[in-house]
Amino acid sequence: MGFQIIGTGSALPAKVLTNAELSRMVETNDEWIRTRVGVGSRHIAVVETTSDLAAEAARKALEMSSTSPEDLDLIITATITPDAVCPTVAGTVQQRLGASCPAFDINSACSGFLFALETAAGFFAAGKVKKALVIGAERISKILDWEDRSTCVIFGDGAGAAVLEAGDGYLASELVTAGGDDVIRIAGYHGTSPFSTVPAEKPVVFMEGQETFKFAVNALCEHINSLCGRLGITPADLQHIVPHQANIRIIQMAARKLKLPMEMFVTDIETTGNTAAASVPIALDDLNRSGRLKKGDLVAMTAFGGGLSSAGCILRW
Amino acid sequence: MILEKLKEIIADHSGEEAENITAETVLTDLGIDSLTTVEILMDIEDEYGVSLQAGEIGKTVGDLIAKIEEAKQ
Repeated sequence: MGFQIIGTGSALPAKVLTNAELSRMVETNDEWIRTRVGVGSRHIAVVETTSDLAAEAARKALEMSSTSPEDLDLIITATITPDAVCPTVAGTVQQRLGASCPAFDINSACSGFLFALETAAGFFAAGKVKKALVIGAERISKILDWEDRSTCVIFGDGAGAAVLEAGDGYLASELVTAGGDDVIRIAGYHGTSPFSTVPAEKPVVFMEGQETFKFAVNALCEHINSLCGRLGITPADLQHIVPHQANIRIIQMAARKLKLPMEMFVTDIETTGNTAAASVPIALDDLNRSGRLKKGDLVAMTAFGGGLSSAGCILRW
Repeated sequence: MILEKLKEIIADHSGEEAENITAETVLTDLGIDSLTTVEILMDIEDEYGVSLQAGEIGKTVGDLIAKIEEAKQ
């Protein structure tokens, strides 16, 4: 037994950071950011924590699916920006919602939400859960170098969530990890040990843009082709593709290589920026609430990012 | 041979007319940014079945042809 998604939700911080405001902080401009990245504005957390955003997205997904928190058997959050090392974001969400099931976080950077869905699929396959809540949540603004104009213009904060119920909507999936830190690296908390001789690193996003771009386009195309191949369909048979909103140029290049119209791709990067693990579930929620998603539609989701990691799946809605 | 195909690929990504592109054309003069460079590189990889690093593209169209010929061997 697999699962199907019965509700989605998303949450964005109140503050909208426009390109104009960013241009007063670093040497950049609206035209440069729009043509290189595709972002016009993004939401940045001021008072909201990752757990606040995760809990709000979760509540909306529960509401849409008429699911009570006490009926949840599992909560998984994908994040690279938890509020604390412990407790987890998922544990905090569990408490806020009044649920009592097992809850834990996973980290696979921008691919995290799809890694979390696959993890949940394992629980469904083992017959251990009937309902699960999977969340992608980030306050990525806290790990950005706000003086580096090549990275700080790309990202935004937010959270997206999905409620899963036992079913047969998760048709095909795959996860890829190509371990290494030369293309994307985000150093962590240095620690307090007086014995450590490991030099401290600035805990901010480092990204080699050109190699990241190439990896992302190839990963997106390979996942779509491979997943469709496994189902005996062609990419043109899909109704929607929900890609990680890393950079509009990645999506445009992938559409070109796959020979698919841009209309098939859900894009919200213009107003959200790249929200890392939250990006796919936020875009999925946008699609779901837009009314464009019909029962029976084939929806592919793909993500790629730090790790390096990438993932994809096809759902029948 | 490579030049003719490259002219097409570069024209496609830069908006410059293919006939105005020669081996001496400096890529940055066409307003090609770093991501466009990778886009061109990826089309070249598909076309010739070679693998090129983003930093290897060189300054002129002629430099790029030399890199492709090297990678093909």
